[in-house]
Amino acid sequence: MGGYNGSVEFKIQFTKLFINGEFVDSVSGKTFETRDPRNAEVIASVAEGDKVDVDLAVKAARNAFDNGAWPRMSGYERGRIMMKFADLIEEHAEELATIDTIDGGKLFSLCKAMDIPHCVHLLRYYAGAADKIHGETLKLSGEFQGYTLKEPIGVIGHIIPWNFPTAMFFLKVSPALAVGCTMIVKPAEQTPLSALYYAHLAKLAGIPDGVLNVVTGFGPTAGSAICSHMDVDKVSFTGSTEVGKIVMEAAAKSNLKHVSLELGGKSPLIIFDDADLDKAVNLAHNAVFFNKGEICAAGSRVFVQEGIFDAFVEKSVEMAKSRVIGDPFNPEVQQGPQIDKKQFDKVLKYIEYGKNEGATLLTGGKSYGDKGYFIEPTIFTDVNEHMKIAKDEIFGPVLCLMKFKTIEEAIEKANATRYGLAAGIITNDLNIANRVSRSVRAGTIWINCFFIFDPSCPFGGFKMSGFGKDQGLDAMHKYLHVPVDPDVDADYVEAI
Amino acid sequence: MATESNGVSKLKTPEIKFTKLFINGQFIDSVSGKKFETIDPRTGEVVTQVAEGDKEDIDISVKAAREAFDHGKWPRMSGFDRGRILLKLADLIDQHGEELAMLDSIDAGKLLHITRAFDIPFAASCFRYYAGAADKIHGETLKCTGEFQAYTLKEPVGVVGHIIPWNFPTVLFAAKVAAALAAGCTMVVKPAEQSPLSALYLAHLSKEAGIPDGVINVITGYGPTAGAAIASHMDVDAVSFTGSTEVGKLVMGAAAASNLKTVSLELGGKSPLIIFSDADINMAVQTAWQAVFFNQLPKHSVQGEMCVAGSRVYVQEGIYDEFMKKAIENAKNWVVGDPFDPQVDKEQFDKVLRYIESGKQEGATLLTGGKAIGEKGYYIEPTIFTDVKEDMLIAKDEIFGPVMSIMKFQTIEEAIEKANNTRYGLAAGIVTNDLNIANRVSRSVRAGTIWINCYIITDINIPFGGYKMSGFGKDSGLQGMEKYLKVKSVITPIQNSPWL
Repeated sequence: MGGYNGSVEFKIQFTKLFINGEFVDSVSGKTFETRDPRNAEVIASVAEGDKVDVDLAVKAARNAFDNGAWPRMSGYERGRIMMKFADLIEEHAEELATIDTIDGGKLFSLCKAMDIPHCVHLLRYYAGAADKIHGETLKLSGEFQGYTLKEPIGVIGHIIPWNFPTAMFFLKVSPALAVGCTMIVKPAEQTPLSALYYAHLAKLAGIPDGVLNVVTGFGPTAGSAICSHMDVDKVSFTGSTEVGKIVMEAAAKSNLKHVSLELGGKSPLIIFDDADLDKAVNLAHNAVFFNKGEICAAGSRVFVQEGIFDAFVEKSVEMAKSRVIGDPFNPEVQQGPQIDKKQFDKVLKYIEYGKNEGATLLTGGKSYGDKGYFIEPTIFTDVNEHMKIAKDEIFGPVLCLMKFKTIEEAIEKANATRYGLAAGIITNDLNIANRVSRSVRAGTIWINCFFIFDPSCPFGGFKMSGFGKDQGLDAMHKYLHVPVDPDVDADYVEAI
Repeated sequence: MATESNGVSKLKTPEIKFTKLFINGQFIDSVSGKKFETIDPRTGEVVTQVAEGDKEDIDISVKAAREAFDHGKWPRMSGFDRGRILLKLADLIDQHGEELAMLDSIDAGKLLHITRAFDIPFAASCFRYYAGAADKIHGETLKCTGEFQAYTLKEPVGVVGHIIPWNFPTVLFAAKVAAALAAGCTMVVKPAEQSPLSALYLAHLSKEAGIPDGVINVITGYGPTAGAAIASHMDVDAVSFTGSTEVGKLVMGAAAASNLKTVSLELGGKSPLIIFSDADINMAVQTAWQAVFFNQLPKHSVQGEMCVAGSRVYVQEGIYDEFMKKAIENAKNWVVGDPFDPQVDKEQFDKVLRYIESGKQEGATLLTGGKAIGEKGYYIEPTIFTDVKEDMLIAKDEIFGPVMSIMKFQTIEEAIEKANNTRYGLAAGIVTNDLNIANRVSRSVRAGTIWINCYIITDINIPFGGYKMSGFGKDSGLQGMEKYLKVKSVITPIQNSPWL
């Protein structure tokens, strides 16, 4: 594994719940373990929050919203504090990148080069937007002055997943902070550590007590308590479609809190004959293997036009075979371990389905090494739409290659899914690009690129990939209400 | 209090032309052949029998709407062309206004002069407003940080299910359908079982206007069957529901358990009307009347069946006594009776009377009203309680009837606190001429619409929708189309360009 000696000196500083500005044990005193997926060893014991802890956190957030400074500050002042928060994160980037690598099996070099800078960027973006939240004055049909005001919704519950612990935290927290909401964050039980560190930095930055609370714990207990809470105004969830349904139902049964969901995908990548072959192979490779395949927008169904299909297959297999798997701290490594045993087992199961259902395994297909949760980059071809590997979200390094003839066929196949998160198109033909981008029912269409997550650009799915957008100014809408004030200009006028 | 006759109408009931389901451009019987009766609340008698749609009929109509969306012209037309057809429909509504007004009156007990003067013209204006908006649906180009060209497209969400209530049958049909049509969606409308008739008539007019088959479908029937089938349908992309909070929860739960369709809900309310001491007393009383009894013209009252009813009236102590005097005076001048203003059906009638009883039991003072009128139909006297406490049922629950609760307050802080002390958040009213009070209170009350020195001012330009358990999502205004649109981001690298 190259000239890297494989050891990392690190001390985990924050392992307790963060409620109302203090790190506290859970009411029950219980803790749970978070493991290093490189070797399945325990990294730390973290406080395990449950319903009672969520209740305390919501009370703190409610008080901070109804009576505290944060929502009543000008957007400009909130922006200043958020900028300070961004600066502090930059100062501690090395430590934070290390935490996400150990906790999530993510590549250390990418955490430093992408994840952390991206979240800093998000914070600064929304810091600059906080004082630019505009309602409208309306021209009415009758003699009335009417206008809309955009107001923070209130107390938000953010339930975030383990695949991008830092990015997910800030995708949700930044716009919510900017508009003046208060919140409880429940990070995934697989990756609780960086969220607690961010809570510490938030306090240092000057975010008032109670505005940002972090309750570590499990979905069915802490997560569920947030979704059913009668005093949470909105829940924002990123995770699987299956759990997304549970979140929305709990919201409906309790207090009809607003819901936004960013769920799974089985995103198509459509490669036309006129594509530059090397670029296409590269994009497809990253579309599925990036972050060990643990990404909702993965281009897990790759449709290649028949003219370049054979050449494409050959180059893809070559590239997959040369992919370096190993310790994510090693800068030469391209792929770290899957997040935990459950995911590891699931991916291997899908690989078995693929073989059993008659797809052709071109490369990979097995676990790697004897410690931890590593899986070889895997490519199947001769995949048809009815196979499980073509329909279900695998969330691992498994690429399904399929051939197509015509543009109509590609569009039809691309849309033959209950998901609609993203899609990619590779072509230089303007008409193909315009036509296919308008025809594929997905929330984000990447043309000649993939995984471009620019902070200005709204991201969120269609169909069963969820609803609501992260990123862009749109993301703030999720955390804003729009009340309307019509009033009479002068004397009271009878309406009819 | 004067009472005119009820149940013996001088106006002739019009011939009911459309009583079957409208699917894919045709009026047809339900698959089961079943029918249900729609009742005239003036008399309790049957108006006519209407086809009763159930799950199979919903399935057929969703198929038609899906075909019309995926392969038909409507979403692929330019917004301008859709707009032309919507304008035609508005004209047809105007031309048939009298008949539509009568249908809503007979079916829902609404005052005929109000359906004529407000409901039907407002419905036509909905179609005209959104006709003009259909070709003005803009996405945005974005300035990215990296070298990318990115833009958003706003696309129709697909097949929409509209579940509409009985208190404003034509108005709510128009507000929802017009916005969804302008956006390019196709739809299945399930009108309330108490008021199915105008929806079927409007379906007929829509075909005449040139709306292609399958774009609008109307399934008459019941909530737990037809409505539930829409909320749980795996091929409906969005459901838009106006009705009670209780049923709203079921709709959202069903949407979640099925295919995570997007949901918008406009639900109940217990809206506060806050009257400050500097208010003009006559104006204050008029506004309160309008807020609860929807009294647009003197001497006539309506049934209080509005989600935004200002059913909690807070009067500052400085004008309290004068306010009460005027209120009592006003009560003497009411006329209740034909033409057309009873509660919509027996269930509502019984419910309102039950709440009146509980008000008396819990110790509120009955100032006027409190009883049913006459032996036929569902008429209730406009009722005013005073000495009402925050924890009484009449102060907490939505009654949806002509019952006003008056409470006294001293300070602005007290008024704000009491106004917000509810799980609902639909609307609120403020009566004052003081600029600072108006600004402060309008920013402090957590409700979706704040009326200042007016109440129930509806304007198609104004986005309308609640906070908290009054729901989410807006009807009306340009925002009203957002529920029916999806935002798609398209990103391409910019190559070899010095300019971003």
